[in-house]
Amino acid sequence: MKLLFNIAWTHVSTRVRQTLVGMAGVSMGVGFTIMMAGLMQGSQIDFLRQLVDTMPHITIEDERRSVPTQPAEQEYGAVQMSDIANVGKRPGIKYPESVMGSLRAWIPGDVAPSVRTTAIIDHGGARIGITLTGIDPRREIHVSKLASQMRDGKLDDLSRAPNGVLLGEALAEKLGVKTGSTVLLIGGQGTQLNSTVAGLFRSGLKRVDESQIYSLIGPAQVMMGQSGVINQLRLRLSDPMVAQKVASQVEAQTGYKSVSWQEANADLLSTFTVRDFIVLTVMGAMLLTSSFATYNIISTITYEKRQDIAIMKSLGMREYAVRRIFIIEAIIIGVVGILFGWLLGYLLCYGWSKITIFNPLTGTTVPLQIYYSAMHYVIAGGISLACCAGAAYFPARKATRVHPVEIIRGAS
Amino acid sequence: MTDIALQAVELVRRIEGDVSHTLVNGIDLAVKKGEFVAITGPSGSGKSSLLYLLGLLDAPTEGEVMICGQPTSKLSESDRADVRLTKCGFVFQFHFLLPEFTSLDNVLLPMRAAGKMGEKEMHERGLALLGSLGLAEHANKRPNQLSGGQRQRVAIARALANRPEIIVADEPTGALDTKSTEQVFSILRDIADNGQTVVVVTHDPALAARADRRIHIVDGKIAEITERGESKQVCEVAG
Repeated sequence: MKLLFNIAWTHVSTRVRQTLVGMAGVSMGVGFTIMMAGLMQGSQIDFLRQLVDTMPHITIEDERRSVPTQPAEQEYGAVQMSDIANVGKRPGIKYPESVMGSLRAWIPGDVAPSVRTTAIIDHGGARIGITLTGIDPRREIHVSKLASQMRDGKLDDLSRAPNGVLLGEALAEKLGVKTGSTVLLIGGQGTQLNSTVAGLFRSGLKRVDESQIYSLIGPAQVMMGQSGVINQLRLRLSDPMVAQKVASQVEAQTGYKSVSWQEANADLLSTFTVRDFIVLTVMGAMLLTSSFATYNIISTITYEKRQDIAIMKSLGMREYAVRRIFIIEAIIIGVVGILFGWLLGYLLCYGWSKITIFNPLTGTTVPLQIYYSAMHYVIAGGISLACCAGAAYFPARKATRVHPVEIIRGAS
Repeated sequence: MTDIALQAVELVRRIEGDVSHTLVNGIDLAVKKGEFVAITGPSGSGKSSLLYLLGLLDAPTEGEVMICGQPTSKLSESDRADVRLTKCGFVFQFHFLLPEFTSLDNVLLPMRAAGKMGEKEMHERGLALLGSLGLAEHANKRPNQLSGGQRQRVAIARALANRPEIIVADEPTGALDTKSTEQVFSILRDIADNGQTVVVVTHDPALAARADRRIHIVDGKIAEITERGESKQVCEVAG
């Protein structure tokens, strides 16, 4: 093996220019792949983080996934009922405190009660339909990042202002209100409530910032026309990735519909899957293409060295041993190329992270989010090395198959 | 039988193709240990082809080559490579040294490929071989820094590296001047005198005359065998 390595090293080190070109090819493939992976995953993670930060990880609602079966249907197989008005069923989650108590015992996170209803916000004739969520500020800080998303005022200001509400900056801009302004909330049953803007927040998600407002639980219950009702429990988990599993467990335990953030954003997440697939294809193609330089070099070397190949075979070296020389050469080119590629990839990532872009959705200038992961380096390097070895195998096999007598006769 | 180093039995090498032709056409030959055999013949007579068969570089179409009594026709390509590595040493008309390596490294190549000796032992043997061929001071030079005769001597040292039973040389002096030719031939003669078997293909009748036995090949067949000093006609050669 040492001998083969020696010969391989001699071949590549006496062809500095060709070898450098090959290494540059591998470096660029690996470097750009790492950059792309960092950029794509960075932006994706950044987006998900915003999503996860803004939304509760799991929302438990007072709905059932399917219409409850009627007693008659349970009793008689032939009976089928439809269009039954669910009269008299009081909305809301029954005994929310005890449900929360039992959830807290096992969920890896915290839970807070809220009241969710729809309303119209009116300011000087401008009317906009919104979702009103009544929260308990002391518990809210355990289940959402709302406190840190405040741009003006504090979460606690909700309790201080009369009928205080928190508006998204985008909504406030639309209505032309600021902290301290008075707005009118109109509920579904005609209830009207004069409220004071107690603060402004920005979540980064436009649809939230334009249509979500927060109040205390009391005013929300008033707007809903149901006092004492809690129709939503919101959970925040220490690891958002387990939300799906926890949600199904919660649903099994409580019987209420539990929606994880993944389920709520299934459409977005499936777009990510497609995007991931495209990116992986492009990166694979990049790595594969970069190994073509190696293919070329090994082809050239094996052609130039066919006399040496004949000699080594005639001396009694086995074909696979001779072939291995050229694969070792490709691996030398590959390994050095990959090391430089790692450096290049890191520098590119670093360079990109210095670039800031204007985000028209949030109206802010943010740096490009880069995700640094050792996995990117390992995978890009591994694939690239495999491509190099593969690229060398075919020309090496062709060259080493030649019978030494043919070359020796040709030379004399 | 034990003193027969190399034996060919009804050896035939044919190249099949649109026009198939026979390079070696039924040759029987036995070479004793320590014998120096010269194969002569006109161009295209099949003498080199015979040599490649004897050195296991090529496989016969029919017949058998026995090396130290061991038949080889059933061996796989890689087993034949193993036999070449340990039992046969090759010298070609062109030195065929690896250009990027020093003389010493070239001599070490077969030993390293065989992997039977330690690095230190190989080095000592390599230097001793080069020294015995008068190349001690050229051990660390590359082939392009050596003269033709010196290169050919390095190639001989490489052929001797694994202490093969048989040295096979294909026109080893074909590209050399008179002085180097003389040197190379005395070296081969010494090798044979030391008990290794030497088979040489040559054009040079003066050199062939110094072999123990001269085998003249015409059209792939043995036409004449000349023991040193006497001549024995095997068959009538037309023209």
